[in-house]
Order: sequence, then C-alpha cells, then structure tokens
Amino acid sequence: MAEQERRDNILLEVRGLKKYFPIQRGLLRRTVGYVRAVDDVSLYVREGETLGLVGESGCGKTTTGRCIIRLYEPTAGQIHFKTTALSPNGDPQMVDLLSLDKERMKTVRREMAMIFQDPINSLNPRMTVFDIIAEPMEIHGMGRGPEVEETVVRLLEHVGLRPEHMLRYPHEFSGGQRQRIGIARALALNPRLVICDEPVSALDVSIQAQTLNLLLDLQKDFGLSYIFIAHDLSVVQHVSDRVAVMYVGKVVEVADVEHLYSRPLHPYTEALLSAVPKPDPLYKSERILMQGDVADPANPPSGCYFHPRCRYAQPICEREAPEFRELEPDHWVACHRAGELHLKGV
Amino acid sequence: MTANEPNEAKQPKKQISQSYWNLVWWRFKKNKLAIAGAIIVLSFYFVCALFAEFFAPYLLEHKSDYLEARPQWIHFVDPEGHFHLRPFVYGLEKKIDPMLRKRTYIVDTSKRYSIYFFVHGEPYKLFGLIPMDIHLFGPDPKDPEAYVFLFGTDRLGRDMFSRIIYGGRLSLLIGLLGQIMTIFLGTVLGAISGYYGGAVDMFVQRVTEFLAAFPDIPLFMALAAIIPPQWSPIWVYFMLTLILAIVRWGGLARQVRGMVLSLREREYVLAALSFGASDRRVLFRHLIPGAMSHIIVIATLAIPSMILAETALSWLGLGLRPPLTSWGVLLQEVSNVRAIRFAPWLLTPVPFVITTVLAYNMLGDGLRDALDPYGSR
Ligand SMILES: Nc1ncnc2c1ncn2[C@@H]1O[C@H](COP(=O)(O)OP(=O)(O)OP(=O)(O)O)[C@@H](O)[C@H]1O
Ligand SMILES: [Mg+2]
Repeated sequence: MAEQERRDNILLEVRGLKKYFPIQRGLLRRTVGYVRAVDDVSLYVREGETLGLVGESGCGKTTTGRCIIRLYEPTAGQIHFKTTALSPNGDPQMVDLLSLDKERMKTVRREMAMIFQDPINSLNPRMTVFDIIAEPMEIHGMGRGPEVEETVVRLLEHVGLRPEHMLRYPHEFSGGQRQRIGIARALALNPRLVICDEPVSALDVSIQAQTLNLLLDLQKDFGLSYIFIAHDLSVVQHVSDRVAVMYVGKVVEVADVEHLYSRPLHPYTEALLSAVPKPDPLYKSERILMQGDVADPANPPSGCYFHPRCRYAQPICEREAPEFRELEPDHWVACHRAGELHLKGV
Repeated sequence: MTANEPNEAKQPKKQISQSYWNLVWWRFKKNKLAIAGAIIVLSFYFVCALFAEFFAPYLLEHKSDYLEARPQWIHFVDPEGHFHLRPFVYGLEKKIDPMLRKRTYIVDTSKRYSIYFFVHGEPYKLFGLIPMDIHLFGPDPKDPEAYVFLFGTDRLGRDMFSRIIYGGRLSLLIGLLGQIMTIFLGTVLGAISGYYGGAVDMFVQRVTEFLAAFPDIPLFMALAAIIPPQWSPIWVYFMLTLILAIVRWGGLARQVRGMVLSLREREYVLAALSFGASDRRVLFRHLIPGAMSHIIVIATLAIPSMILAETALSWLGLGLRPPLTSWGVLLQEVSNVRAIRFAPWLLTPVPFVITTVLAYNMLGDGLRDALDPYGSR
C-alpha cells in the first residue's frame, strides 16, 4: 500500500540513463572512444519535491539534466514523465519521453523547463526582457497578444522585477536580476518540473540566498518539482527534500536530506560532507581530503570508480563494480562496504 | 526591492532602453577615422552610383576633338593679375612635337573658358527615368567652342573626369552587389553547415577548402570564359558579379560556421531548444542575428577586395568590356608604357580605387570595434 502511494506520487522516473559522447580523432573523425558522461543513472522525483543532484565538477550532472529535457539524445535508458499535456481531458499519464515523436515531445515540453547556470549566456543579448520571457509562449503558438503581455507582467512581478523594465536588454541588469529573468522564462508555460542547473553558483554570495528563497516561494506558489543541481552539499541542503550524489557518471547514493546528511552510507558522500561549513565555529571537524582527481569519464578505473580515492577501499572495490541497492528504506547506495562502515555526517 | 537599485539610480525616468543598434551607433560615432571612411564611401556612392549624370559635365561617350588632351587646371587669377570670382580654365592648343612625332598640347592663356554651375548641358535621364539636362558644372553652354577637361581626355577625346564618375558606378556597385550575394550564400551555407553538421557540413567544408586553395585569378578566368560574348552588357555585368560571389563566399561561410558552432552551445539557444523551438527559429532568431554583426564587418572589409578583383579582371580584359565602363575598363587604356609616359592622366582612376579601398577599410575597422559593445566592456 505504502509502495503504491510512493509510485503514485512520482512525477519523473529515470532508469538506466546513459550518455556517451564519442571522442573523434583525425581527418576522418573516427571514433576512438567514448566519454561516459552519464553511465547508468536511475533516479526519481516525486510531485512537489526537490531532488538535489550533487557531485564534483565533470561528474555528469549537467548532462543528466539535459538528457532528461532531451536537449541531448541519451545513448540508452528510459525517462518516464507524468504529463497532463497529452491527454485531451488533462488526465495525468506516464510516458517514456524517449519514445515520443517530435510533435508530442514538443507538447510535453510545456511541462518541463530549465534554469541555467550562467546568467549572462542564458539570455540572448539582442532580445528585450519581454521577448525573452514571451519566447516560450511564442514557440507554443500563443502569439504576442495582450494575454502574453499580461503573463509576462505577472511573471516579472512574481520574480520581483519591475514590469516597466521589460523593454530593456539583459545587459542592463545585474547578475541576480538576470537570473530572475531566466526564472521567469522557465515559468512562462506553467511547468511541473523545473531543472535548475546550478542556478546560484555564478551569483554573489549575498544574492544566492535571495535567489534560493525565491525558488522556494515559487515552488510553493506554482506547485513545482525541482531537480536542483549543485556542486556542493551546503546549498542543496536548504532546498532539497532528497539528494542524489553523483560520481563520474553514476549515482552513488540517494536518500532524503536528513538521512544523507546525518548518516551517509557512501565514503564519497562523507568526503563531500566534511567540506560543508559548520554552523558552529567552535565545532572542529577534520576535513577529509580526497587523494587524486576526479576519475576521467573517458577512461574510468576498474571496479568501483571511487576506489582510487577511497580511504576505506578493499581489494574487492578494485575488482567489482558495486551494486546500487536500497540498504535502508528509500536510502540507496552503491558501495561494497556500505553496511559495515560507520561514516560521519554533519 | 533591493535588487532593482542599480538601474533606478542611473536612469530615473527613461524606461525604454537603448537598443543594441543605438549602442553600436554611439560607439561608432566616437571613431573619427571610421566616420571619415563612412563619409567618403557614402559620398562616392552618392556621386557615382546615384547621380553620375548630374556630377559629370559630359556624357559617358561624348567625344571631343581633343584626343589625349592633358588636364586643364582651374584658375581664379588671369595673366594680368585680375581676380575672377568665377573659376576658369585656359584653352589648349594642338602642336605636333617634331622630335617625338607626337601630338601634344600647350596651354593657350589667351583663351579663357569660364566654368558655369548648374548649366544646361547634354540631356540625360536621371535614374533612367526623369529627363534632365542640368549638370553640376560645365563650360559655357552658349559657346560651342568652350570645353573643360579637368582630368584630361582619352584616346578618343572623351572627358576622363566624366568617365571616372561613370566608371565608379559599376565598380562600386559590383563590390556592393557581389558582397550582398556573398553574404547570402556564405551566411545560409555556413549556418546550415554549422547547425546541422554531418554530411552537409562535410560537403560545404570541402567546397570552401577547394575555393580557398584555388588561386583566385585562374578561377575567375575560367569562369569568366564561360560568359558568352554575345550576351548583353547588363548580363555580363550580373554574371561577373555572381562569379565574384561564387568564388568568394567560402571564407565568410567558414566564419559563419564557426560562429554558429559556438553560438549553438550558448545557454540561450539551449533554452529555446528546451521549449521545443524549431530549427528555423533557432537559426533565424538566435544564431544568424548573433552572427550578423560579425558578418557585416567581414563583408564590409571584403568589399575592397571585390572592387580590386573587378578592376584587375577588367584590366586583364576578362571582366567588363566596353561599352561598359568601370575603373578597371578605364585602366585598360594604360596597359602599355607609351600611354603611361605620354598620357599619365589616364591613370587617374587609380587614386579613386585606392581611396575607396582605404575608406572601406577604415569603415570596416570602425564597425568591427563598434559592433561588439558587450564584448569589450
Ligand atoms: N557536448 C559534449 N561533448 C563531449 N563531452 C562532453 C560534452 N558535454 C559534457 N561532456 C563531458 O562529460 C562530462 C560530464 O560533463 P557535465 O557538464 O555533465 O558535468 P557537470 O557535473 O555538470 O560539471 P560542472 O559542475 O563542471 O558543471 C565531462 O567530462 C565533460 O567533459
Ligand atoms: Mg554542469
């Protein structure tokens, strides 16, 4: 029964997602190998919740997000999304996005949107704020009539910008304001799922909190679900209900925030957590310095990808890839030694 | 709302902001050299391309009895030291030089021909439509003996000054038209090649590489050779323009392709794609406008080479042919040392070609600096 309920609430479920970028060399552009940017990722997002997606730079978070919204064509996997756009009476219906044709995919795109990391590059410098926010509506054939203008005004007010400024160009706004324009654009079609790709990491620390709070308010007002991508755990902690930790194209641990932060099961999560600043300055904890660099996704190590940097590594870790298993209810981990270790949280 | 402060402080009233092109203009204005280039270029087009008949004292084919006459200087003061408000030129007297056995001219200060402004001269049709006979300046219309040849005359006694103005029309327009065709070919093919990639990209790239590797002049020659000689001058002109564009679009296409490749990864393009924007929309709304400023700069800087190519081809006898008259055609007259030695004024088209090329380069450099207001600040 509880299992059934859990199923019902799921908005997005990704299974076995893979994205390999070919590495091409030479005059004939022969493929000499693949960057396994995303290598067998499975995760799900419930309605109205935020799934944090964290990991060091280059571990495939952006690629995962872009595959979900089909900006990249995944190499393998399934992306099930609960959409109301395809049925005439608006009944929710689970569809595999990868099986949709272009026309139907476009319809479903109304229900998903993306917020980008770079507030400069994500707005076309030659378009006014109005044109930028109205563009999704234009793409979906709503024209540029008075309703569209009304929507733009309402969205601008929602994100805390002045509607009078809508004929200005992006370069006339500060970084935080530009990010708000990007947020307004993402909301233009009333999406259900918003993928936020490091929406605050390019902003001043002073503006980060403001923007995060705005995202939280909007989530409540519009009933949004978020996939919130970030590279450190401290930002994710404030906004997420559940957190997935990625390492070199794989999800190594998923759990809800409290469990993950207080009782991590994966040594990589523990290492990331040790870098989170503590609220109490007197509380001294050792920061776990990982040896070496993030593994190269074009040429990953054998067995568990993390073993060369793991301080608990055993011979088995080098030989066999660990299974991704549900060790505790709703707490998944991919580590041979997950049960036996007592790792430190915060 | 704290987030709004910076803008309010700067611009309390103005709500509609400066557009991109306003900014470009503002930056362009500050560049004196570019403004000078623009003025020269525009006035050349104004004089030669639009109003040649008005600015030239004679019609293109007007033949006088003075063959290979030297240029006449403009004077205000006569030999007696009297100042005349109306400028005048002295008459020319034919002499046979017994040593060289050649016709020469000496200045005859006893004959004075005043220059009149807005005179009624030979009739013409402005823009091929409006019948008129007013010329900016010319000799006294009532005196059939009077003449004024500021840059001398050619082998057939035609006024060089008038012919340079007429010749500029074709030379300047061939640069502009050829470049417009180049922009069209280069932008469309470059954008498609960069956006779609794959086999199309391969094909376009190989063709542009071939064009880049092939020396221009033989290619022009081969293509110019296929123009049937019996074609009317207008068709020859358009074919030549098209040939110039076909030979030259490759460079622009490669640049556009590169820009499209980099712009395609911009997050605003990804945003449009994430909402389901069509390829056409992405190309025409985001990619080509994003590359447009660079295209304009590249095109402006390439117009001179097109004018030079026309001049060179026509001089070689492979481009325009008389009765079409361009600066290159005019220079055909000086294809031997004799002409340069005895009638050096036939070279006067050269400074005009050079001035045009320099002015275009100044203009293009200014545009390049102005068109990227976000890039450099
Ligand atoms: N278009 C692409 N072509 C080839 N390789 C790519 C492409 N996009 C990403 N990659 C590679 O895939 C891997 C994952 O990249 P991705 O951008 O998803 O990482 P990320 O976790 O978002 O990192 P960051 O925190 O730096 O944004 C990297 O090694 C990257 O070099
Ligand atoms: Mg990223």
